[in-house]
Amino acid sequence: MMDGLIVKGGYVYDPLNGVKGDKMDVFLSGGKVVEEIRGRDAKTIDASGKVVMPGGVDLHSHIAGSKINIGRLLRPEDHRKDVVPKTKYTRSGVGYSCPSTFVTGYRYAQMGYTSVMEAAMPPLGARHVHEELNDIPILDKAGFPLFGNNHFTLKYVKEGDMEGLKAFIAWLLRATRGYAVKIVNPGGVENWKWGRNVGGLDDLVYNYEVSPRQIVTSLARANEELGLPHTIHLHCNNLGVPGNYETTIETMDAVKGIRPAEGRSTNVHVVHAQFNALDGENWMNVRSGASKLAKYVNANENVTLDMGQAIFTDTTTMTGDGPWQFRLHNMTGNKWVNSDVEMEAGAGVVPYTFKKDNPANAIQWAIGLELALIVYDPWRVYMTTDHPNGGPMIYYPKVISWLMSRKARTDAMLEMNNSVMRRTTLANIYREYDFSELATVTRAATAKVLGLDHKGHLGTGADADVSVYDLDPTTWRPSMYDELEKAFARAAYTIKGGEVVVKDGEVVATPLGATHWVKPEVPEALEAELMKDLEAEFRDHYTIQLSNYPVEDAYLPTGRMMTAEGRWR
Amino acid sequence: MVEHFDVVCPFCGCLCDDLEITVEGGEITGVKNACAISRSKFMNHGQNRLGLAVDGKEASLEGAIEEAAAVLAGAKRPLVYGLSSTDCGAIGRAVELAEVLGGVVDNTSSVCHGPTILALQQVGESKTTLGEVKNRADLVVFWGSNPTEAHMRHLIRYSAMPKGMYVPEGRKGRHIVAVDVRETRMARAADEFIKVDQGGDFELLLALRAAVRGVKLKAESVSGVPAESIAGLAGRMKAAKVGIVFFGLGLTQSEGRHMNIDAAVGLVEELNHHTKFLLSPMRGHFNVAGANSVTTWQTGYPYAVDFARGYPRYNPGEYTSVDLLAKGEADAAIIIASDPAATFPAEAVRHLAKIPVVTLDQKLTPTTMLSRVTIPIATAGVEAEGTAYRMDGVPLRLKKVLEPEEGLLPDEEVLEAIIGRVKTIKGEVE
Repeated sequence: MMDGLIVKGGYVYDPLNGVKGDKMDVFLSGGKVVEEIRGRDAKTIDASGKVVMPGGVDLHSHIAGSKINIGRLLRPEDHRKDVVPKTKYTRSGVGYSCPSTFVTGYRYAQMGYTSVMEAAMPPLGARHVHEELNDIPILDKAGFPLFGNNHFTLKYVKEGDMEGLKAFIAWLLRATRGYAVKIVNPGGVENWKWGRNVGGLDDLVYNYEVSPRQIVTSLARANEELGLPHTIHLHCNNLGVPGNYETTIETMDAVKGIRPAEGRSTNVHVVHAQFNALDGENWMNVRSGASKLAKYVNANENVTLDMGQAIFTDTTTMTGDGPWQFRLHNMTGNKWVNSDVEMEAGAGVVPYTFKKDNPANAIQWAIGLELALIVYDPWRVYMTTDHPNGGPMIYYPKVISWLMSRKARTDAMLEMNNSVMRRTTLANIYREYDFSELATVTRAATAKVLGLDHKGHLGTGADADVSVYDLDPTTWRPSMYDELEKAFARAAYTIKGGEVVVKDGEVVATPLGATHWVKPEVPEALEAELMKDLEAEFRDHYTIQLSNYPVEDAYLPTGRMMTAEGRWR
Repeated sequence: MVEHFDVVCPFCGCLCDDLEITVEGGEITGVKNACAISRSKFMNHGQNRLGLAVDGKEASLEGAIEEAAAVLAGAKRPLVYGLSSTDCGAIGRAVELAEVLGGVVDNTSSVCHGPTILALQQVGESKTTLGEVKNRADLVVFWGSNPTEAHMRHLIRYSAMPKGMYVPEGRKGRHIVAVDVRETRMARAADEFIKVDQGGDFELLLALRAAVRGVKLKAESVSGVPAESIAGLAGRMKAAKVGIVFFGLGLTQSEGRHMNIDAAVGLVEELNHHTKFLLSPMRGHFNVAGANSVTTWQTGYPYAVDFARGYPRYNPGEYTSVDLLAKGEADAAIIIASDPAATFPAEAVRHLAKIPVVTLDQKLTPTTMLSRVTIPIATAGVEAEGTAYRMDGVPLRLKKVLEPEEGLLPDEEVLEAIIGRVKTIKGEVE
């Protein structure tokens, strides 16, 4: 596969390099994008009349580990409607909202995605996450360990020990082979271990007497001082609570003054913002808070968002937010799994159906799109469904059609509860993404904010991850949204590391992609002090030995390590 | 002399990871921190080892693999079974083998905590890793389970004795209740023993749930338990800071089966409206949780998975091993790290004895004795590394403390070789 591949004559969208639909060739060799290929041995792919983009990069999805596996276990009825037979090249499995690992890799690749981040890794279960990641073919991946309710985080925040906190973050990223600092309902999940929650940024965590505000700002500062490739990845407090857009704005505002790491202008990524942009007092009078949230984002450069777009279908919600999942269980009466993790985290899983005739669901549907369309900078708002929380990722092509076609949105709105007209601003929004903006919110900007410098673009030296879609962008018009959806559902070609893995929408090769992780540097003295603390705490409060905690090399057959040089005092 | 520290015990679902093993001259000579069962497993590791054989005659590894592949590839309804006492890598290969064969893969949970999973699929569960019990639980209920004899260090490491973050007094800080049909050793170790009539768990659980809801029971007693005791326990559960129910086969394999667990989950759900309450199955074999986990992430289903149509289908009661065998459906089987001939109902075993069986195991067992092909393997957690999942889902790395005898491969590698041969026979290799 390494002898070269030329993607010839397509309309190339490479926003990071300022290429906006120019007709050009892309040369791939040795797993990288190269300037040119000499000689005649290179294979050629005819991309003329087609859209060419860097491989898709999803920065927030639930694809591996205990949470999604609970979802799979919980939902045989979900699997039965979407079975996947084995083929000459691929393993069998099941799809829909909780796809099996193999199918997860295939389906993302079929849509032209080549990198996907697992957004919530319980540190104690990190081995499990990596075992599943190794069973997800094709994609490059990474896992984000949970920090927001971790005992050590709370302890160092309480003690005001920033250097200790930084050393701990560095150690945990290394121990779990993790990539970014994930925070879920800071403080709320620890309180959930007593059956409670927090109600806002200045509530207190039992026994620790620290507030979510302190947790978030401390972790954000530590993250930036460590110089990690990605910002904190934050699931805010009060998710799913009408009126929560205020908490979300307050949270973004709390970290505003924190100096971003070298080479980045943002310091917080707020995940699946749709669930955190509700206005109103209760579910009866809930309305969209998207415009207010988007207005804040437009005025403050430190923030990025992803949509968490809702899809009208039966899906499976799964978050590290245990108290929220119990609340959702009580609201719906649907079956409920709670899963607490000692010293560190929690999780919950509840099936959920977004319905068109449900006024609140129609509003939620609109909020995701409002956020994507009112935030004017596509470098700071990204396309996700928070798979599978807002809906299964197989619906990405539909989301694309809503972003790029007002007609697609209008046609959809006509079918749903009219709350979408009365309690959101979506009907008044005329903006339609162009292909460059689409490429930005699905690969270029996500790769950039993740700090994956070799992803999301087609400049020389980038990873040879390319997707080709069978659609002529010069003749396409927004009214043709069905064709758009079709083209983006089944890539004409997906190329991963220089190898064709999907052809005409079918998987034809299944190499194992890389798992990215970060190993930040820590001053020796601090590390030694941390180890003393860890040893004592593990002996007294964990149920496994400290020596058995760090994930071994055996779990990273294709590990790709990054380093980070921090600022220390 | 080599000493290995923090060794993970490959025996029960407790997966204790603090063992110290001493190896001298290629033999295990010392085991520290282990329970009696674990100690015996390590110290007697070399005894009753299985030999490589085809039709009772000594064979080469290649010969045995060839015959195994031929037997399986030639079958119409091959069964792949066992898997709870091996590592996750082997489990993944077993699933792949079943897929390549178009057969059924099933694991031992179909005869132990299968009903637990059926209940979960119906109503969910409220679970935790064991450290939460150690750190917070002030009320611990053992229902139809007897860790004093089956999970010998459970009480010491996780559930009764340990001093935790918010239970600094250890045992004294916890009220322990045992619910069982007879006074077991666990019942004697508990602060309170509730004797329930045989087959009466479901009713008792429902009565408890009603009492938690504030319903005043009209009956004087339910399943042999006086109404005052029920009200007392319900009150104690509501008043707990953090409570947990550990349940075992006394609940899953008695009258009512998955409905018992359904009722237990319902009770715990109800309690979460008042306080924090959890429940946890006492999983038996050291990696039965891993068998469910791997099978689920690869196929969507935890056990009883049929690949006859080229994609996974799930139907406990139809694709479960006991049923496939008892109905005479399976016409060949490969058994990995398990002993169904000793544990299955007679009807199922009779059929197993009639069909060609391939067995991968470390030791002689009733199953190996009725097998056409026996392949000894390097024991996971003693002679081979790998991953195992504790009963609460915590994944740990098994250690290799001993070099296997020459020629012995881990389950995973033997299965890989069989898959390779089966693919060749079926013409799936170019």
